[in-house]
Amino acid sequence: MAPILQVRDLTTVFQTDAGPLTAVDRVSFDVGRGEILGLVGESGSGKTVTGFSLLGLVDPPGRVAGGRVLFDGRDLVGLPEPEWRRLRGRRIAMVFQDPMMTLNPVLRIDTQMVEALKAHGVADGRDAWGRSRDALGRVGIAAPEERMRAYPHQLSGGMRQRVAIAIALLHDPDLVIADEPTTALDVTIQGQILYEVQGLCRRSGTALLWITHDLAVVAGLADRIAVMYAGRIVEQGGVDDVLDRPGHHYTRGLLASVPRPGRRWARLPQIPGRIPSLGTVPSGCGFRTRCGRADAACEAEPPVVAPAPGREVRCHHPVPDEPR
Amino acid sequence: MSAFILRRLLQSLFVVFVMTLLVFFGVNVIGNPVYVFASPDCNQACVNGIIRSLGLDRPVWEQYVYFMNGAVRGQLGNSFTFGVPAMQLILERLPATLELAFASLVLAILVGLPLGMWAGMRPDALSSRAIMTVSTLGFSVPTFWIGLILILFFSVHLGWLPAVGRGDTVSVLGIEVSFLTLDGLSHLIMPAFTLALFNTSLVIRLARAGMREVLYADFVKFARSKGLSPSRILFVHVLKNIMIPIVTVMGMEFGGTVAFAVVTESIFSWPGAGKMLIDAIEVLDRPLIVAYLMLVVVMFVVINLVVDILYSLLDPRIRFSGAAR
Ligand SMILES: Nc1ncnc2c1ncn2[C@@H]1O[C@H](COP(=O)(O)OP(=O)(O)OP(=O)(O)O)[C@@H](O)[C@H]1O
Ligand code: SF4
Ligand SMILES: [Mg+2]
Repeated sequence: MAPILQVRDLTTVFQTDAGPLTAVDRVSFDVGRGEILGLVGESGSGKTVTGFSLLGLVDPPGRVAGGRVLFDGRDLVGLPEPEWRRLRGRRIAMVFQDPMMTLNPVLRIDTQMVEALKAHGVADGRDAWGRSRDALGRVGIAAPEERMRAYPHQLSGGMRQRVAIAIALLHDPDLVIADEPTTALDVTIQGQILYEVQGLCRRSGTALLWITHDLAVVAGLADRIAVMYAGRIVEQGGVDDVLDRPGHHYTRGLLASVPRPGRRWARLPQIPGRIPSLGTVPSGCGFRTRCGRADAACEAEPPVVAPAPGREVRCHHPVPDEPR
Repeated sequence: MSAFILRRLLQSLFVVFVMTLLVFFGVNVIGNPVYVFASPDCNQACVNGIIRSLGLDRPVWEQYVYFMNGAVRGQLGNSFTFGVPAMQLILERLPATLELAFASLVLAILVGLPLGMWAGMRPDALSSRAIMTVSTLGFSVPTFWIGLILILFFSVHLGWLPAVGRGDTVSVLGIEVSFLTLDGLSHLIMPAFTLALFNTSLVIRLARAGMREVLYADFVKFARSKGLSPSRILFVHVLKNIMIPIVTVMGMEFGGTVAFAVVTESIFSWPGAGKMLIDAIEVLDRPLIVAYLMLVVVMFVVINLVVDILYSLLDPRIRFSGAAR
């Protein structure tokens, strides 16, 4: 069966006073049915904009300027708004970055859940209410009946994110885009939610695009990883492949800066410099101003090297494949 | 919640008390009403008689104590001119004023909310810029001028609308109202519009600002990601949020609108309490002035209290933090 999501050369541009800024630059990746893909990148690398592009939720001055988003074989780019609406929430759902901001402060939880069901044809109010309450129970919320009648501000951040996850899973969608849903939460809650979402998606066969800046999170969660830098996917592949044998110098730098047992006393090497802001990304390889291996060749667009099926590295001089 | 209300109530009582001092002593330093009532051939003995009959021979503080003594029992003294309780005179005229003020607030929301929401949704459209220009004018053009222009155009020139009075009224629960008869409505529309101009401009600004903020909120995007229809998002998710500041501000403006009605009532000879106040000031009818001002003060205080409570009903965050206090 074809992957549920095939993204090809997706390009999203923001029209600003300083000219067009390309936040997502010719991004291509697949998410298989029931698969978990981790999309990793530093702050500002374009992860959230990628997520919004997949749902047709990029607002002016931004727009999807090119490429294709094949969902279940159908290209979504340029889809009329009513068609988008039939997909959103029902077949593709999203969980947002900041749980404190995603629920409407003046509407009760039950209102916000029931409307999500009614938007896609669940007509019976009592049925919708019951389904919503059960969904809250499934994401680990105690006393769901009471929580249904609460307002968002009466719930903790972790609880609110669980509500958002429950809403996203209401229709058993084919794909959930989770945009760093645990970043704003404390570590123990992070772990619980991660584990629960993984379980729920595995059970219902829901594919998951998990966006994060935290390599440790994807290591334990994802099947495959795509690494994003300045709007581009620089490397992707199976999670163990990429983490054990990074092919791109950026990925290697990221991995080296992650603390790990046994290296406790060593000073962690950091990638020099900072991620360039959108207007200042260098031509050719966007990473070349920070890359130790960069040479004159890197001023040209790097080729995609595919050392193995499903494994891609976008680099002139990939890291030699030697087990570390 | 009840502790919150009790505290606000005590604060309100204190405000009213301070205002009695300000109003009573303030009114007592302007002019001397005796000379308004004394005929030119009144001699000193006659003037003294008037002074005594009005109670003005007593020291001011004693007059105040006397006034307060009555005030706590709801008696604010007799009008110098009419010789009947001032409160009774005001209450007879008040329904007309309240109807005018209320109609103008409803008009302000009915007109201002859609215009402001539109301007917030399409900030760069020509129509939106036109709306914002009109709202700026609405703030800066004086009420009496608008009123006169309206009368000139619709009453004198076109002859469509009557320029003065309330028109036919019907009694609802013992209160005379104009808006339920066609004739009354035609009398109400121009003064209500005149009085509403300022508040309409205010609602336009608030609605536009609210839209600019709320439309880009994460929760709106999340609502869209659920596949909700645009109308559900606009009329439930967005509207409920932008109504919070609008209801609050309009509630607080109600007192000001009643006070401002003085000008509008004079232009359109609307037989309300504001017009009566102007007449009372002319003849220095102190009890009537004091009674009117005290009524306005109490109204402001009560409105603020009601708005606080209403606000807490609209905004669950306030409601529940109130409960914790
Ligand atoms: N409305 C906008 N107008 C202009 N530029 C924008 C807009 N929204 C996003 N961008 C730009 O797009 C780029 C990518 O932003 P995005 O939010 O996708 O980053 P991210 O990877 O999700 O980062 P974070 O980890 O901080 O969430 C950023 O450089 C940002 O400045
Ligand atoms: S293309 Fe050149 S600059 Fe870019 S990562 Fe590879 S070696 Fe470094
Ligand atoms: Mg983001």
